[in-house]
Amino acid sequence: MLDKINNILGSDLTTDSAWAGYCNRKNHVALEGQKIKQKSGPRVGIPRALFYYHFFPQWKRFFENLGWEVQVSPPTNKAIANEGIAEAVSEACFPVKVHYGHSLYLSRQGVDLIFAPRLISIERRSYICPKFMGIPDMLRAQIKSLPPLFDISIDLSQGSRHLNRQLRQWALETGLSPHQVEQAWQQAERETDYLNSICRAGFRLGEAIRIWEGHPMAKKGPAALNIGVLGHCYTLNDSFVNLNLFGRLQEMGVNAVTVEMADPDLVHKAADQLPKRVFWTVGRDLVGGALVYDRDPAIDGIIYMTCFGCGPDSMVAKVIERRMKKPFMLLTVDEHSGEAGLITRLEAFCDMLRRRRDRVEDNISPHGKFSYSH
Amino acid sequence: MRITFPHMGNSHIAISSLLRELGLDVVVPPPCTRRTLELGARYSPEFVCLPLKLNLGNMLEALEKGADTVLMAGGWGPCRFGYYAQIERDILEDLGHSFQMIIIEAPDSNILQLIKQVRNLGIKVSWRQLYSAMRMAWAKLKAIDYLEERMHYWLPRAINKIQVEKTISLGFKRIDRCSEQENIPRILEDVEQQLSLLPAATAPAPLRIGLVGEIYTILEPFANYNIENQLGRLGSEVVRTVYMSQWVNDHLFGGYLSASSLQNILKYADPYLKSWVGGHGRETVASTVQFAHGDVDGVIQVAPLTCMPEIVAQAVLNKVQEVEGIPVMTMYFDEHAGEAGIITRLEAFLDMIRWKNAEMGKISYG
Repeated sequence: MLDKINNILGSDLTTDSAWAGYCNRKNHVALEGQKIKQKSGPRVGIPRALFYYHFFPQWKRFFENLGWEVQVSPPTNKAIANEGIAEAVSEACFPVKVHYGHSLYLSRQGVDLIFAPRLISIERRSYICPKFMGIPDMLRAQIKSLPPLFDISIDLSQGSRHLNRQLRQWALETGLSPHQVEQAWQQAERETDYLNSICRAGFRLGEAIRIWEGHPMAKKGPAALNIGVLGHCYTLNDSFVNLNLFGRLQEMGVNAVTVEMADPDLVHKAADQLPKRVFWTVGRDLVGGALVYDRDPAIDGIIYMTCFGCGPDSMVAKVIERRMKKPFMLLTVDEHSGEAGLITRLEAFCDMLRRRRDRVEDNISPHGKFSYSH
Repeated sequence: MRITFPHMGNSHIAISSLLRELGLDVVVPPPCTRRTLELGARYSPEFVCLPLKLNLGNMLEALEKGADTVLMAGGWGPCRFGYYAQIERDILEDLGHSFQMIIIEAPDSNILQLIKQVRNLGIKVSWRQLYSAMRMAWAKLKAIDYLEERMHYWLPRAINKIQVEKTISLGFKRIDRCSEQENIPRILEDVEQQLSLLPAATAPAPLRIGLVGEIYTILEPFANYNIENQLGRLGSEVVRTVYMSQWVNDHLFGGYLSASSLQNILKYADPYLKSWVGGHGRETVASTVQFAHGDVDGVIQVAPLTCMPEIVAQAVLNKVQEVEGIPVMTMYFDEHAGEAGIITRLEAFLDMIRWKNAEMGKISYG
């Protein structure tokens, strides 16, 4: 059914009429889907953390294709975060601690399996982060009474053959037909494309997942101020981690755009201008996105939100900062951040952007060629 | 052209030898000091790991001394090290230095790439010259590893620990100055003989402490607050699986000089960490398990603060500690550490191991 709709619409959701049609039909499909509700198989838990925001539709569809029931942990709240902070190594970044919290939550819900893939690489010759490569082992080592983990390694730097081999092996271990599992995965992969096409219509990943689930959402128009917001999906789409960054920006009359809304070809092309390819998938997108925003006359300024201790961000933020001609602000958050400090900085930044826009300025830094933040 | 490169422990002995033999004018950066770190930290991104800050400090001090070309290694992730050279070049350029940067990207390219780049700069290097220069550098690397290993052995045993340190550092100086490869074994023999003549405590046996973690932090005494000497002075013998020659072999020669022993121990990590995680994360776990199976009393993991692969390893080591029954302590370093606090932690760790051993009927002094 969903395939049909997407065939009609193609991936072009950028026109308003196509968008309204998509929302209506999607809503209809979701309601119908609830009515049918497949007979429940084993229950798998998917933590609402880390790359949930990139791949949830795909993962959900995969398990549903196999006739499994999917349970997602609730949006991050204080209890979940605190639990994660208590269990995880203190040096891990906040989003990883939040992932621990979600896994703990799910382990108490009596799920038969927790989906914790080992994400090594989701495109050729690029990585995400060493912590993503060790997440299943970290969870197993530190959380007792953990249900079995489905820790498939996703390493597309070696092509899809490696992944298929693992899917077949997992099928044999769980007593499913390898062919069925492989097909379920392949079918599910399309959902990620759908999700990305929703994002391209002007929605953040978190919003796009809501829409994919069948909650229609109005398109946002341009506002008085347009700010490009950079960061990892699990920071920008978890309002507990980012201290409700987007809600705050909206209150201040800002239209915030994120990299997933931009044309990926354009983003990659911009990122390729660097003397050396950035070998972190997200980092490369952020560099490309920043360069695109810097050239886009509609964008007034750029905010980069990072979590304390993020390895790739510590480098990528520097790469971006020195290449930006537009106002740029780096916000670092962790489990100790206070909302008041964030609001003050956002207000100051927006005030500055407004003043800057309201008069002609020559873009020359008063500090000389470059200014460093200490 | 006056070429320089960042420090990593005693590697400058071998690297400067290689470059000199290739006929280049070499500027060895001054040894890492508080000033190096302050310079580096001032211009580096705030949350970047410590090795970048020290690298940058080395480069700045070498440029002050008149270097105009910087040699640096690269890589393709996921560890941050692979992007170091790019960031360092950006920062140095922004500071107004004019210089060239030669980056050896591993494993995409290797030492031959260096030769190509050197030739591009207009300096003639023959293959014979290259071969003999590499042989010499390799011999010196092996000599560095040997001397470090002998220091681990003699420091806890000898009564006069300062004499051991003096003898070893004199050995390093002699290796550095040595221009004939045939003389290297003689120097090493000489040092070993001097050390064996020092009065030594015969019993009880020193504690054996495994040192694992991120390679730069292990090899560069300034980055780990001289932890090897501290442990030796406190009467424990340091055991390592990570040595300089391995790193050079794996990263600069694509691993074809000699089979790296680190590859062989990776299987030990399998029950705990099933995937590589970049850097030396899996090697850290594997070495710890191997140490637990051997006669090592405790393990210390060292890494720069926010080191991604080592954080994964640290999380996993909690379990290794429990299952294999070996005490593990993790120490992160950045520019804000103080030596006294570190010594206190080491003392407490060693005391704890001695108590544990005494309970189990194993005697060690202290």
